[in-house]
Amino acid sequence: MAMIECKDVSKWYGTFQVLTNCSTTVEKGEVIVVCGPSGSGKSTLIKCVNALEPFQKGVITVDGISVGAPKTNLPKLRARVGMVFQHFELFPHLTIIDNLTLAQIKVLNRNKEEASVRGMKLLDRVGLTEQAAKFPGQLSGGQQQRVAIARALSMDPICMLFDEPTSALDPEMINEVLDVMVQLAKEGMTMMVVTHEMGFARKVANRVIFMDKGEIVEDASKDDFFGQPRSERAQLFLSKILHN
Amino acid sequence: MDLDFSIVTRSLPYLWQGMKYTLQLTATSAVGGLFFGTLLALARLSPNKILSNVAAGYVNLMRSIPLVLVIFWFFFLVPLIAQGITGSERPIQIGAERTAMITFILFEAAYFCEIMRAGIQSIPRGQVHSAYALGLTYGQSMRLVILPQAFRNMIPVLLTQTIILFQDTSLVYVISATDFVGAASKIAQRDSRLVEMYLFVAVVYFVLCYTLSYLVKLLQKRIAVIS
Repeated sequence: MAMIECKDVSKWYGTFQVLTNCSTTVEKGEVIVVCGPSGSGKSTLIKCVNALEPFQKGVITVDGISVGAPKTNLPKLRARVGMVFQHFELFPHLTIIDNLTLAQIKVLNRNKEEASVRGMKLLDRVGLTEQAAKFPGQLSGGQQQRVAIARALSMDPICMLFDEPTSALDPEMINEVLDVMVQLAKEGMTMMVVTHEMGFARKVANRVIFMDKGEIVEDASKDDFFGQPRSERAQLFLSKILHN
Repeated sequence: MDLDFSIVTRSLPYLWQGMKYTLQLTATSAVGGLFFGTLLALARLSPNKILSNVAAGYVNLMRSIPLVLVIFWFFFLVPLIAQGITGSERPIQIGAERTAMITFILFEAAYFCEIMRAGIQSIPRGQVHSAYALGLTYGQSMRLVILPQAFRNMIPVLLTQTIILFQDTSLVYVISATDFVGAASKIAQRDSRLVEMYLFVAVVYFVLCYTLSYLVKLLQKRIAVIS
């Protein structure tokens, strides 16, 4: 069974259509990179996967559970889907360790100590144990994003969604975040990643999805995509981002 | 003009009684107003049209009526409502002090609502998304993530509103509640020392409010540096 399945997903803002019949599947253990020009609907699509954005047509299932069905317990579903945002979105009023334990305690009902141990273990994994008592504002962008990844992992997710995780970072911090993501991919985490980091895609992606104007224009294996993208739009996009 | 300020020193214990009530009324109304105001703000921001319209209607009504009128209104209305609820034969008098408390909480809720609404809206949408993405429910997201930040951002405005509230509580003298002004006014009229008493009252209000405003300004600067 596919981990994430999108079938004919369409979404409108008023009369403006932002997604048009998007269909794709992400198998367990697969890493899918979603790219495309800005405004192509890639972030919107990934936010539909855990229902942060509602969609009007089509079906999305995560681990067999329909995201759009009214009776679906969304908090319960979201707790199992990790998400990392462009602007990190750590909680600025909480320390790093509290950011990591809040949802473990409130959603997974772990006790404080259990949650702390798990949190510290993940902080260690992203190399930030020394920052545990600090507040997000005291960390660099790259560090904050690594904390955000650790926070998502603390919930033991069955898959991870990344929404442009490096596009708000200074260039010298991009790699520290990508390294964590590559590591995660190699461990077999199911990942759906919206990014323009084609180096990352080449390294770990199984498939690349190219979106333009709300449509999935291309959904191909990594080698096919970089070797011989079929659509003109994808070719144009690749030539633009690879040549600068 | 012959001024005798010894009247002030002689009546200090009584004035202190009044001041205690003023402070108590201010504190209760601020806490109660903030609590109900926050609930109103959440209702106003709710996607549920009925809920948000009812809340908006309440806030607009309260903010369009002079406070004095609201105080009178409740002074006469609350006993009748209490009578209706308990089914008693006569209106139930609950006293000026308690009327004032209920009135101020309900009235201030409208103002605190608008402050908290602005505070909630000042938090980026991404914070709500990231709270939801972790599996927190709407209630948990608000209570643990959004409201603490909104509240913190709004502390200076909330305190300024509380200083205004502290001054506004003097209006309870219209229903003969003995607050600081009420106490001073009673002595002033008994001993015909209006100038001395009202001058003293004005100085006390000025010193307290000015100092507090100054402290709020300092606090505002500190918060601005942190964020």
